[in-house]
Amino acid sequence: MSAALAMIYIFILAIFTGVEVISRVPTVLHTPLMSGANAIHGIVLIGGVIVLGKAGDNAVLFTLGFIAVIFGALNVVGGFVVTDRMLEMFKAKAPARDKDAK
Amino acid sequence: MSRTDISEAAYLVASLLFILGLKRLSSPRTARSGNMMAALGMALALGGTFILPEMGNFGAIILAIVLGSIPGWSLAKSVKMTAMPQMVSLFNGMGGACAMFISLGEWLREDQYGDHPHMLSLTGELALVFPMLMGIVLGAISFSGSLIAFGKLQGLVSEKSLRWPLQRQINLLVVLGILGTAVASVCAESVFSQAALTWIIVLVVLALILGVLQVLPIGGADMPVVISVLNSCTGLAAAVTGFAMQNMSMIIAGTLVGAAGSLLTVLMCKAMNRSLAKVIFGSFGGAAKGQAAAGQADKTQREIAASECAIMMGYARKVIIVPGYGLAVAQAQHLVHELDELLEKRGVEVKYAIHPVAGRMPGHMNVLLAEADVPYPKLLDMEEINPEFEQADVALIIGANDVVNPAARTDPGSPIFGMPILNADKAKNIVVIKRGRGTGFAGIENDLFFNAKTRMLFGDAKKALQELTTEVKAL
Repeated sequence: MSAALAMIYIFILAIFTGVEVISRVPTVLHTPLMSGANAIHGIVLIGGVIVLGKAGDNAVLFTLGFIAVIFGALNVVGGFVVTDRMLEMFKAKAPARDKDAK
Repeated sequence: MSRTDISEAAYLVASLLFILGLKRLSSPRTARSGNMMAALGMALALGGTFILPEMGNFGAIILAIVLGSIPGWSLAKSVKMTAMPQMVSLFNGMGGACAMFISLGEWLREDQYGDHPHMLSLTGELALVFPMLMGIVLGAISFSGSLIAFGKLQGLVSEKSLRWPLQRQINLLVVLGILGTAVASVCAESVFSQAALTWIIVLVVLALILGVLQVLPIGGADMPVVISVLNSCTGLAAAVTGFAMQNMSMIIAGTLVGAAGSLLTVLMCKAMNRSLAKVIFGSFGGAAKGQAAAGQADKTQREIAASECAIMMGYARKVIIVPGYGLAVAQAQHLVHELDELLEKRGVEVKYAIHPVAGRMPGHMNVLLAEADVPYPKLLDMEEINPEFEQADVALIIGANDVVNPAARTDPGSPIFGMPILNADKAKNIVVIKRGRGTGFAGIENDLFFNAKTRMLFGDAKKALQELTTEVKAL
């Protein structure tokens, strides 16, 4: 199996996984979930790291990679911290009621 | 085991953590740990990337990570809970920009193409180039689109639904332009030829313009949906960039977010009873404005003084509070909680009616009230609270408008017709705290405010609630 084909398999399976894992999310969690998902696509950060890491002394690639890493890190760090702040408030008072039971 | 193997193993575990994290994020009890797991996955993936072979520039990498992390951390820590939606949008835009720059970087990396920089000569290379072009376009769209969404929610760009002539035709033209330049750039003699570079720059500019054109016409009330769409757009951008870089963890994480984000968009639209197509192509609060304004002339709104309102609530048996975005803007959630406690002490039963889209995003209001220590069991969903309005002596509506607008039930001409609403109009008395007489977020006139049972308490939510609590204390 070629690498391209393998990637397409993974792509398709990941689509189903993504839909499946969040299919029962209660409305109260829409905002934190969106924010959490937002942090996860910060995975582009590692793409930026690779571009910068392999740029060598090519100034254009270096610049592109450098900017990409800054933006990616902003996305990742900001995303996870903001999500945690939202969820922190839920956790303290939430255990009384289990919303996803219904 | 080679270094590549170790990286791949880290990516594998990271991908698992992303899936589990997302799963746990969708249930209240496990959500926080889910977020932590996903963050751990991210750290692992990053660590795995560092040990890839042929890597260098580590100093610059760490510097750039620090440069991005500091503002990310401080923004996330300092942002007010009310400004959460635009913050998510801003971070999302950063991700989009990152994907765009990476794709550009990949495009320009000479070793990609071996000795054949003539792209159309090898189909295998087209498979490599296609995801790069996609990454550039999707990344740029979500970058500029997210910034506009951020600007709209932050009040930097008009919240209104902006329209201009030939809107669809112009958008279509830009889309065709994007397709054309993409093809032109692939057909160029060599990737590094002047022509190819020019086309790529034009492509970036056109995609940025498309993001702006798509989001500008969408009204403030639909922003959550837009942010969700852009969120999955960035996810997809990350995935296609992963294709270009042959990086499995990027493909998996990006696709997960793309798919989950799309489903989330659909769920949100359902909660608001809006069709996605209408959000993106329709006009919210545009067309129906004229007719609503015409019918309003002979109606009056009746005002109430804070003291009178305090008596009404202080001697009631049951009060249902309907919090809306106005409450959040005024930062009055703590005051509401105080009023609630005062009333409870007097033996009044107090509950909160939370519309699925109260605030600016589904679930936003729960976060805000939880921040003010309102006990979670007192926050009731629409389906749970709606039958209770009939027994309520007072429905106190604070800065909410569209979610209690009866036109959604009765007026097929209204742009929000069909949206499930809170039955506040069924309460025996209705008090509306509102800044002024104008229409709400979506610019739609609300008949409830002219109802014979309704009294208006004009003023900023914070000031009005302060007066109310003082008056209730004095009872």
